[in-house]
Amino acid sequence: MNQWKNFSKGFIKENPVFVLLLGMCPTLGVTSSAINGLGMGLATTFVLLMSNIVVSLIKSQIPDKVRIPSFIVIIAAFVTVVQLVMQAYVPELYKSLGLFIPLIVVNCIVLGRAEAFASKNNLVTAAVDGLGIGLGFTFALVLLGGIRELLGSGKLFDIIIYSENYVTLLFVLAPGAFIVLGYLIAIINRIKKD
Amino acid sequence: MNYLVIVIGAILVNNIVLMQFLGICPFLGVSKRLSTAVGMAGAVAFVMVLATIVTYLIQVFILDAFGLAFLQTIAFILVIASLVQLVEIILKKVSPALYQALGIFLPLITTNCAILGVAILTIQKEFNLVEGVIFAVSNAIGFGLALLLFAGIREHLDLQSVPKGLKGTPIALITAGILAMAFMGFSGLV
Amino acid sequence: MAKRESTFINMVLTLFVVTFVAAAALGFVYDLTKDAIEAAKMKAQSEAIEKVLPEYDELGESFKIALSASEDSIEVFPAYSGDKLVGLAVKTFTNKGFSGFISVMAGIDNSGNLFGYEVLEHAETPGLGSKMNDWFRNTGKPAQNVIGKNPQSHRFEVTKDGGDIDAITASTITSRAFLDALTRAFEAYNNTNQQLETKKTSL
Repeated sequence: MNQWKNFSKGFIKENPVFVLLLGMCPTLGVTSSAINGLGMGLATTFVLLMSNIVVSLIKSQIPDKVRIPSFIVIIAAFVTVVQLVMQAYVPELYKSLGLFIPLIVVNCIVLGRAEAFASKNNLVTAAVDGLGIGLGFTFALVLLGGIRELLGSGKLFDIIIYSENYVTLLFVLAPGAFIVLGYLIAIINRIKKD
Repeated sequence: MNYLVIVIGAILVNNIVLMQFLGICPFLGVSKRLSTAVGMAGAVAFVMVLATIVTYLIQVFILDAFGLAFLQTIAFILVIASLVQLVEIILKKVSPALYQALGIFLPLITTNCAILGVAILTIQKEFNLVEGVIFAVSNAIGFGLALLLFAGIREHLDLQSVPKGLKGTPIALITAGILAMAFMGFSGLV
Repeated sequence: MAKRESTFINMVLTLFVVTFVAAAALGFVYDLTKDAIEAAKMKAQSEAIEKVLPEYDELGESFKIALSASEDSIEVFPAYSGDKLVGLAVKTFTNKGFSGFISVMAGIDNSGNLFGYEVLEHAETPGLGSKMNDWFRNTGKPAQNVIGKNPQSHRFEVTKDGGDIDAITASTITSRAFLDALTRAFEAYNNTNQQLETKKTSL
């Protein structure tokens, strides 16, 4: 497959959040601000990229019946690496993202790509796919996070855009996440049709 | 900590799906029909409680005892994956009909963030084993409650005329948002 | 490519090898990051202490004070300028927040008043309870400002409960919990006086 197409499909055509409807939990859980969305997206992209690479490298050595547990262990290892590195070098972000960092291991996107793609393709294709899907995921998170942050707190990337007195608090709370995501999916579906 | 506060907190105030955003994938995927929702809620409840007990024991007697806390993610997810396998085997023997109905969603319980989430939260909140079990059972009930409420709503939603662009997942999410708003009303309880 | 056969021994071996390699690699990364993680924690703590106390040269050894009402003990950090005690930073906490645990670094100066505070950890509702870090230091609104006050001069409870401090609008539970944490800080401060008399300089 053309590697450019392989990379770019993660953004609109096969966007994991808006089209494939995977990885919903972190999408709703960490997008109360654009920075959080960005941090989570990049952390997940790292895990996706590395686990896709490793799975693609050792796929011939893993007996079929234990492939899911093996993939899970590999993914869990990279998630732990992310946990440790973030705790050490970006502790503020680590605290904001909280529970959702270890939950990357059960992000259906990561296991899904390892199973559906990396285990059936060569190293370069798998790596590019991981990168593309991961960045597409990041794009979705930043978009959702940005909208929620702007409408719900008057800030964007922590920069005050308008006064706190005019915010619609709902958007940074739980219901706002569901509602904004619902509308975003509807909009993206329309864009895809055109 | 007061047991009642744990129970009310987990089921209503901090509902695992509608407030904490854990378990969304099955929430959206299985809630189209009330009958499958019931089966899924039951299976998740079983795995959630069992997983919380086993992971708690592992955390205390192995991870903490040997200073291996950083292996928590790997250890916990392996426990959950094994438990789900166990449930699959048992279900196949005991109720093949339910096994068929749940289909692909059964192995997907492994990636249900709610289960891993509850296991980790039990440790983070420093519950003891009894509190942990109560917490797990309450969250399982909360998950089931959200799932069943939503499935009931969706069965009705399917019969309404929804604008074309919003059909399917978008309207489901917006409805979930309204349901979440309703649950926010419980915040005065504790 | 042909995969390995799914024989029992192959499956067990593969899982074992994969897990072993993963755990070993993680142990390696853990070793690498251990010190940085500890340093980050210490830095966050000392930054919080600097924010809540007047200028000081160095921190004395921290110690824990047991509270009478509960089984909790609170960590106290004495701060010195030369030989003179400048104030005490008290790392207080409460579990009565809306979402449970709230921890606050409270700085109490030599006159026994609250010099400053910094909310360290909380899971309160964004936009509501989370406003506590700014709400209670609002110099323009003395009824909700806790800076410069102490429990003898002002009742550290929300006005709804008969106290002297205005709660955050629509976040009474968080406000109560925050004030509870501060009250515990002052209790630890009062119990500290005895301890310090035997250490460097008394207050």
